[in-house]
Amino acid sequence: MDLTVSVLLATFVLSVLALFVFIASMAKGLFGSGGAAALQIFDADEVGTVEDPAATQAQRGNLQQAMDPGHARHERNAQEVATRLKVDQSSSLVVGVCLSLSVVWLVLASLAGLVASLKLHLPDWWIGQAWITFGRIRPIHLNLVAYGWCSMAGIGVALWLIPRLLKTELVGAKYALLGGALWTAGVAAGTVAIALGHSDGLEWLEYPWKIDMLLVIGGALVGFPMWLTLLRRKVAHLYVSVWYIAAGLLWFPVLFLVGNWPGLHFGVQQASMNWWFGHNVLGLWFTPLGLAAAYYFIPKVIGKPIHSYNLSLLGFWSLAFFYSQVGGHHLIGGPVPSWLITISIVQSVMMVVPVVAVAINQHLTMVGNFRAVLYSPTLRFIVLGAMLYTAASVQGSLQALRSVNTVTHFTHYTVAHAHLGLYGFYSMVMFGAIYFIMPRVMKWEWPYPWMISAHFWLVVGGFAVYFIGLSWGGWFQGLAMLDKDVPFMETVRMTIPYLQARSVGGSLMALGHLIFALHFFMMGWKFGPRRLGAALLAAPGRPSAVRPALGKTSGSAA
Amino acid sequence: MSLEPGKYEMDELRLVVGAMVILSLATALLVVVPYLLLKDLPPSPGLKPYTELQLQGRQSYIANGCVYCHSQQPRDIAQAPDALRGWGRASVAADYAYDTPHLLGTMRTGPDLLNIGARQPSRDWHLGHLYAPRAYTPGSIMPGYPYLFEVRQGPVRPGDVVVSLPPAFAKPGQVVVAMPEALALVDYLLSLDRTSPALKPLPAAKAAP
Repeated sequence: MDLTVSVLLATFVLSVLALFVFIASMAKGLFGSGGAAALQIFDADEVGTVEDPAATQAQRGNLQQAMDPGHARHERNAQEVATRLKVDQSSSLVVGVCLSLSVVWLVLASLAGLVASLKLHLPDWWIGQAWITFGRIRPIHLNLVAYGWCSMAGIGVALWLIPRLLKTELVGAKYALLGGALWTAGVAAGTVAIALGHSDGLEWLEYPWKIDMLLVIGGALVGFPMWLTLLRRKVAHLYVSVWYIAAGLLWFPVLFLVGNWPGLHFGVQQASMNWWFGHNVLGLWFTPLGLAAAYYFIPKVIGKPIHSYNLSLLGFWSLAFFYSQVGGHHLIGGPVPSWLITISIVQSVMMVVPVVAVAINQHLTMVGNFRAVLYSPTLRFIVLGAMLYTAASVQGSLQALRSVNTVTHFTHYTVAHAHLGLYGFYSMVMFGAIYFIMPRVMKWEWPYPWMISAHFWLVVGGFAVYFIGLSWGGWFQGLAMLDKDVPFMETVRMTIPYLQARSVGGSLMALGHLIFALHFFMMGWKFGPRRLGAALLAAPGRPSAVRPALGKTSGSAA
Repeated sequence: MSLEPGKYEMDELRLVVGAMVILSLATALLVVVPYLLLKDLPPSPGLKPYTELQLQGRQSYIANGCVYCHSQQPRDIAQAPDALRGWGRASVAADYAYDTPHLLGTMRTGPDLLNIGARQPSRDWHLGHLYAPRAYTPGSIMPGYPYLFEVRQGPVRPGDVVVSLPPAFAKPGQVVVAMPEALALVDYLLSLDRTSPALKPLPAAKAAP
């Protein structure tokens, strides 16, 4: 057992050291103002200029008024404007394709989730066919969400951000396109495999390994172009978002390969691996992609740099370190070595460090600027997502405590928590990012702004019902299961009203997604009034006009 | 790349090295060390490998996603009253010596099943319960699995395993016959029995050749 003890000791020492480094750097005032890297996302003289391609002319005018009313109109550097257009152009096809696919997966995933939710309180509904039984449609929902919607949206957003942040045209866009296609084929094949009963049996790792290979090759074809672009960068500083994306692109393949390697894992070791994977796919794949987007779009929309560059550095490294070791908290009370559980609980609590770092950074950037969410559709989604990131993370840390976990483990409370992270945080941020990006990709504005509002309020209202209902029900379910005098069937019966509430909330969310998807594809087919100009680089408050072809854009936007 | 990174600034090399070292550490802790510790662990006393039929049933348990509602990991009495519900003693790693893929589960929408074979040893009960859960457990929200059964009007043929449903749920003139997949699944469920006393993992166990 010397190995175990030394590993445990090393982790402990490292954690404490990390904490001291944090405190010491706080004391040295390292986390002060932004620095050059934080300004990387702006062109010269662009600070103070708001940007939200999803906003209407009126909203954009109000947004500028709210953020920086006295903003002087500089003549933008024509060279810089041309570079940004060229860079956006280099990724627009592959980004458009990836985001379109992600929206298709979102709709299918929502329907699968809704069917699964209904089946929990209507157990005799639609039981005749094997493929639609609860035990298949539920993992179909999870995998469509994780590898269909979330991964495709994240990849699309990353493919758009990387060239923009590096001011470098995307290298090998056609390989990325092929990669997106293979990934999609993998998700489709995996869905069919689960429906037919060919599941590997591990949560988050259900796809058979032969299908996983499609995702591995597809992911590599998407990842290499981004890393090659990084190595050819034309900027001096790497912006925060780049770290998160670049690291996520390194982490995910390792997780996915180790997790799916056939014949390697066994018994309880496999359970430990399962939750090493299950939590890291959130912590080291989705969270980095979501934070990368939030770190870019919040300052970009309001035209002000993030609060502190050094704080984001701390946030990044502590997230990587602590988040990667929390998986064992899924096995509290299970047949795994107790040191493993203890480490995971400790690191779960230590997650407060990166969460506070990100929270301070993103929320202090917003403080005093909250009126902006009234006018910017992008910001409305992303700021809410960033707030729910903080909420989900704090909840996660508390939930890992043994006393709390004893109640919540094995209940619907955990399901609600998972949705707070992947929906409340991640999906909200992705919605906002897609609203920002697509007008740039399509060179066409969102045709019907009311549909953006309808999408927002439906998913916010629906998710509130979903989350509050299920958390409440799950908590009481957990308390009842701990009471030896309550018969087990009573713990089932008492959850039913909450499961029904989940179906109501889920229906509203699904309806919101349908409106979003409809709007998305209406834009794709260039529905709606012809408002081309603003989608490029029109100035706030200036009436939009049809602009000349891309290459000739003069950059006269003031 | 004419770049001059600042003292605390990130560059590609720091990023790759830092990211991979951190992930390696986590992988060592949660994957490699458990592998080294558990790979030579002997099975619990009396635990037998699954038969071919039981393995087929286990595959059906996986295919139909039973794991999404049923855990297979009773907790210690000090933490939760699992044992008082008849779910058995707290399980230990040796109980899962033949369990690959693992099916520990994360939800208890239904009860824990690690010892269901000991708790409910009747094959008839399981077959009927899989066909019509609410005939046996009023209020249950488990779906029925009619696709694992064949409903026939005609007479019983030799070799048919007929499901004996409670009178209120049986339709006159109809017989419900379990298909081979249902029989395998029930055989697997009946094999779930980890009631033999657990060996505490002894430090000396490692010294054995």
